[in-house]
Amino acid sequence: MRGGKLSIEVLEGGSGDPLVYLHGARSLGGWNPHLDRLADRYHVFAPCHPGTGGSTGLEHLDDLWDLVLCYEEILDSLTSRPYHIIGLSYGGMIGTELAAQNPAKVRSLVLVGAIGLWLDESPIADIYVLGPEERAKATWHNPASEAARAYMAQPEDPEAKREAELSNIEALASTGKFIWPIPDKGLRKRIHRITSPTLMVWGKSDGLVPPVYADEFQRLIPGSRSVVIEECGHLPYLERPEEYFQNVFDFLSQS
Amino acid sequence: MKVSFFHLMPYQSLPDDFLDKHRSAWVDLPNSNFDPQQGRHMYDDYLDELQYADSLGFDGVCVNEHHANAYGLMPSPNLIASILARSTSKAALIVLGNSIALYQPPIRVAEEMAMLDVLSGGRLVAGFPVGTSMDTTFAYGQVPIQLRERHTEAHDLIMKSWQTREPFVFNGKFNQLRYVNVWPRPLQQPHPPVWIPGSGSLETWDWVLQRNYVYCYLSYYGYLRGRRVLDGFWERTAQLGIDDNPYRVGFLQLVCVSETDSQAEQDYAPHVDYFYNKMLRVYGPFAESPGYRSIESLRAGLRTAIGTNAQSSTSQPVGWKDWVEQGHVIAGSPETVRDRLKEAIGMLRVGHLMCLLHIGTMPKELTYKNMELFTSQVLPAIKDTWAEYPDPWWPSTLSETPQPVGHSGDS
Repeated sequence: MRGGKLSIEVLEGGSGDPLVYLHGARSLGGWNPHLDRLADRYHVFAPCHPGTGGSTGLEHLDDLWDLVLCYEEILDSLTSRPYHIIGLSYGGMIGTELAAQNPAKVRSLVLVGAIGLWLDESPIADIYVLGPEERAKATWHNPASEAARAYMAQPEDPEAKREAELSNIEALASTGKFIWPIPDKGLRKRIHRITSPTLMVWGKSDGLVPPVYADEFQRLIPGSRSVVIEECGHLPYLERPEEYFQNVFDFLSQS
Repeated sequence: MKVSFFHLMPYQSLPDDFLDKHRSAWVDLPNSNFDPQQGRHMYDDYLDELQYADSLGFDGVCVNEHHANAYGLMPSPNLIASILARSTSKAALIVLGNSIALYQPPIRVAEEMAMLDVLSGGRLVAGFPVGTSMDTTFAYGQVPIQLRERHTEAHDLIMKSWQTREPFVFNGKFNQLRYVNVWPRPLQQPHPPVWIPGSGSLETWDWVLQRNYVYCYLSYYGYLRGRRVLDGFWERTAQLGIDDNPYRVGFLQLVCVSETDSQAEQDYAPHVDYFYNKMLRVYGPFAESPGYRSIESLRAGLRTAIGTNAQSSTSQPVGWKDWVEQGHVIAGSPETVRDRLKEAIGMLRVGHLMCLLHIGTMPKELTYKNMELFTSQVLPAIKDTWAEYPDPWWPSTLSETPQPVGHSGDS
């Protein structure tokens, strides 16, 4: 893109209506079972955020406005049809910005534990300073569950472990460019432009982005709907996959 | 050899249970821990010590900038330097420095430093650190991955503002100014010497060398570990075909002088302990925000100057014996200190030595003792090192007249 200044890695799979999957503040880390489930029914595009995975050129994106336009250009180049967006956490903020920037292109919007708003009385956790235990506690309803342990498992080989850490730091540094030190960059002033059907899916035990944010998104997006899943943290697709996929697929098929 | 007196101005009265109750002396240590009445006396003592350094014949006095912490009570080093501009007469005022990425527009720094240079009769050394992760990205909320870009732009603006005699337009990414016109302008021409404190980031070496500035390695892990960084710096200097004038490097060393080696331990151990165990207590993530340093620097495994928990792989020394043996502190009788300092100076090839002679909770009398023994019995032995090299990175007004060699305290 842009004469070679930007290069965005987009994972792609499945067939059907176009669906854009926007990952969180850490790296996407390749194709995953979540994408597999979505690709059973949709043509999935999963871009890696600039500066993460194989996406380069972050230094040419000065601010959120640059980033949103960059996404608009990528998605335009991938499909001419309106697309569904599923945005997780940081990806939810980007998805909401896209839906507000160009409402006609977004067929529906699913926000999962999304950031982008700020409530002084319920601050979003500072993911940059949480220790491993605090982070596990905030991310999962049950940090001891099989899903949680599998997600948090680290490579045994020290070199592989270090590389994974570095890649994680690089992703946080890159996405942090648009949300440091507080993930509130004016979305509240633009969010009224959204016209697509919108669904919030939140875990009731989300300790990173408390469920009160689902209410706030719902309040600000007219006609939107919110589903809060019991015994579930920040990653419903891993901790409560059945409820998650059922809600998401029901919503998408009606949109 | 230029030998300067460095002051951190630590807060001395952290509660005994600080280590149990708080994870960090930086960023989130509540300021209820700061007692302003005691703070006032600390500032008084610290200014006395800095002024005494001038009268004892130190080549320079050094101050620096830190935020939201108990480790150094100088969020604005310029305030302290402005007092010293009037109350000292011979020493260079080494402001190490202003974290220029934090100020918008950074013209404010250009103005204040120009004031300091004029006020002091041209004795300013201008330090432009990137700043620690704690200060810049947490206490001042800067975006880590943009910090260096912001720093470079601020530097470019300040340097141009000092050297341009007509108003000019600056159309930067972070700063847009239709009229840049700094009043007053510095006394030193074309500008005060520029020193860049670095903490071991690879990217800083090239940045400094390309601009022909002094690279200062400020760390508390002493010359034996500092060698690893400075060997890298000198290697890079050679690769770029640049000369190896030792005055390209500044280095900070903790020094404790007493009558004998064992007396040194008795005099200084508790204060050094307070410094290492309380002042340097930094919660790991604060020391290394993601993007603060490049992935290349992280991969190279270099340590940050302060806050080693984030990536420390070696066990930390815990007591006097370890600090001294590992060279974190050069301590002992005048003979011991002389020998080890000479070794350090040669090993690191350092022309600008900055000595931390007030450490942690040291009271003024003990600091004076340390300063007096240092200037009378250590300084003369190292003063003439590197005499064959010119020092173009020293205030030009001070280079013109020979500096007095250290003498015993008589102020």
